[in-house]
Amino acid sequence: MRVALFVTCLGDTMFPEAPRAAVTVLERLGHEVVFPRGQTCCGQLHLNSGYRDEALALARRFARVFDGFEAVVSPSSSCVGAVRELVPEVAPRVYELSEFLVGRLGVEDVGAYFPHRVTYHPTCHSLRVARVGDAPLRLLRGVRGLELAELPDASECCGFGGTFAVKNADTSTAMVADKCCAILSTRAEVCTAVDGSCLLQIGGALARQRTGVRTMHLAEILARFSETH
Amino acid sequence: MTSFPEAARAALGDSQLRHNLRNATTTIRDKRARVVAEVPDWEELREAGRAIKAAVMQRLDEHLVQFEAALEAAGGQVHWARDAGEAATVVADVARAHGADEVVKVKSLTTDEIELNERLEARGVHAIETDFAELILQLDGDWSSHILVPAIHRNRSEIRDIFLRTIARGRELSDEPRELAETARVYLREKFLRAKVGVSGANFAVAETGTIVVVESEGNGRMCTTLPPVLVTVLGIEKLVPTFADLEVFLQLLPRSSTGERMNPYTSLWTGVTRDDGPQELHVVLLDNGRTRVLADEVGRQALHCIRCSACLNVCPVYTRTGGHAYGSVYPGPIGAILTPQLRGVENAKSLPYASSLCGACYEVCPVKIDIPNVLLHLRAQSEKNAVERAAMRALARVFASPRLYERAQRLARLADRPGRRVPGPLAQWTRTRDLRPVAKETFREWWSRERGA
Repeated sequence: MRVALFVTCLGDTMFPEAPRAAVTVLERLGHEVVFPRGQTCCGQLHLNSGYRDEALALARRFARVFDGFEAVVSPSSSCVGAVRELVPEVAPRVYELSEFLVGRLGVEDVGAYFPHRVTYHPTCHSLRVARVGDAPLRLLRGVRGLELAELPDASECCGFGGTFAVKNADTSTAMVADKCCAILSTRAEVCTAVDGSCLLQIGGALARQRTGVRTMHLAEILARFSETH
Repeated sequence: MTSFPEAARAALGDSQLRHNLRNATTTIRDKRARVVAEVPDWEELREAGRAIKAAVMQRLDEHLVQFEAALEAAGGQVHWARDAGEAATVVADVARAHGADEVVKVKSLTTDEIELNERLEARGVHAIETDFAELILQLDGDWSSHILVPAIHRNRSEIRDIFLRTIARGRELSDEPRELAETARVYLREKFLRAKVGVSGANFAVAETGTIVVVESEGNGRMCTTLPPVLVTVLGIEKLVPTFADLEVFLQLLPRSSTGERMNPYTSLWTGVTRDDGPQELHVVLLDNGRTRVLADEVGRQALHCIRCSACLNVCPVYTRTGGHAYGSVYPGPIGAILTPQLRGVENAKSLPYASSLCGACYEVCPVKIDIPNVLLHLRAQSEKNAVERAAMRALARVFASPRLYERAQRLARLADRPGRRVPGPLAQWTRTRDLRPVAKETFREWWSRERGA
């Protein structure tokens, strides 16, 4: 299938390894990936900050840039959720990566190998807005060598929330502190999720606390591969 | 009003408060999840609750007039109050007409909204709270921090100390719940028997019959509404349901969502005055106090559907850490964040629509499906922005509208980036407690051009 990749503005600028990994996974499965260069931001930042008109203009721009593609795939559930909310007419063609792999393609084993203890944080927007369900967990269970550790109070918010993280920094910090405690209690080496923005928050706190626990986007784990396995 | 972030900072520093909150909210949250899971048609019930409330709001004017006629036919008297002052005047006039300088009160959320106790005090009438938790707060000069469990921020040893300072002075008292309850019981029983006038709020009112419903767990509410010869009920106009049969839906939704119980312990319903049984004089104050303004807003009006169960508080990652006082209103938590700015005007509660990470846990548990995250976004869109932020967001929108400007901005961000930095401006709030990843050395699109050439 010909798949248009929406890398998101944060993914493009702050964590390009996630969309690059998405390219690796999709191509390994035999799909053609295209990157429409006109893409920028989906409008979520403006929507959540109270600038609805600007958000709508950006989401419509998104719809124009991705017009004509059968499937638009993105490594961010919150951006996918925002696009579906703002331009419902494109909703049926826009997928979060894990949702696309499991729900649309019916693939749970992408041939990945990652011999580490990993815990999965289901982000709020993946659960309650994009509703990707257990697709990420199914994919993680299909990764060879990976030991999945269950995260206590998993569905509790990490405290990112876009501008919430700076407008209500103290509350946001209290939330991520509890999330870090939960992650550390699993003795996982890596915490993964399907939203790079939440991983900026969790990873930022884990790094500041010098925990040694890394964050990785789900796509990065799925892209890991070894010829010998 | 202190801004939410400021008030929250103080609350977050109180370890006892955070411990009390975590214990209590986790217990209720788990209990709710268990009893909701056992109802096979829970989603249909929620949808029915939403639909009934939406229908009430569409014809609220007709339902209110119908309620007034039904109640008056049953021997009650209806008073219309535009605001807090008018409502307080009605209650004070009734008390004074009966020579009462003391009234007993229950179901006080709506009357707390209009600061009825203070207003009565100013008119020489002392109000005594008879709900156990409300009594604790009143004795301590404190105020509610949770809709269902007003004293959730207090544990039992703190309650013992409050009683020792007030109604149990000079007595021996342990922090055993049974002993604490007994102390309150002895104090309140005498008040119930002596009161000439009772004052209550209500959970529901039936337009068709004029019936009023109070749902509670202690039985104090029933005493408060049946023992005094005169009763005044203050009713927010949004509390109406069209018919008696509609109560069936809400009396299933409310206890499971609220206390995590299958059935509510004390459900009192009364229709007007019954000769020689209960209060012989019944007044109902229909309170607006900003509700019609909320009703006029097509998106925001769903906040009026709220049945005050407090499920949204117990699951909210913000509320469970800051507690209720940070919200600066008797309506805390997610529902407060959308109700208070609408009742008072967004300009008077600017920080509340932002007191949420938009995680959506509230919407998921709401028994009448109020889309709280969506109303928050709606209120944020209405709120007046600070000029610097507005300029920055507009500039950013222009950058995002042009791939050329966007790519230039990416390069600028990388140039300005220094490793291990604590950045200035609003992002300083980020780097105070969290590291910030450096901007990528090679953006995705640069990598794509290098690898794929297009």
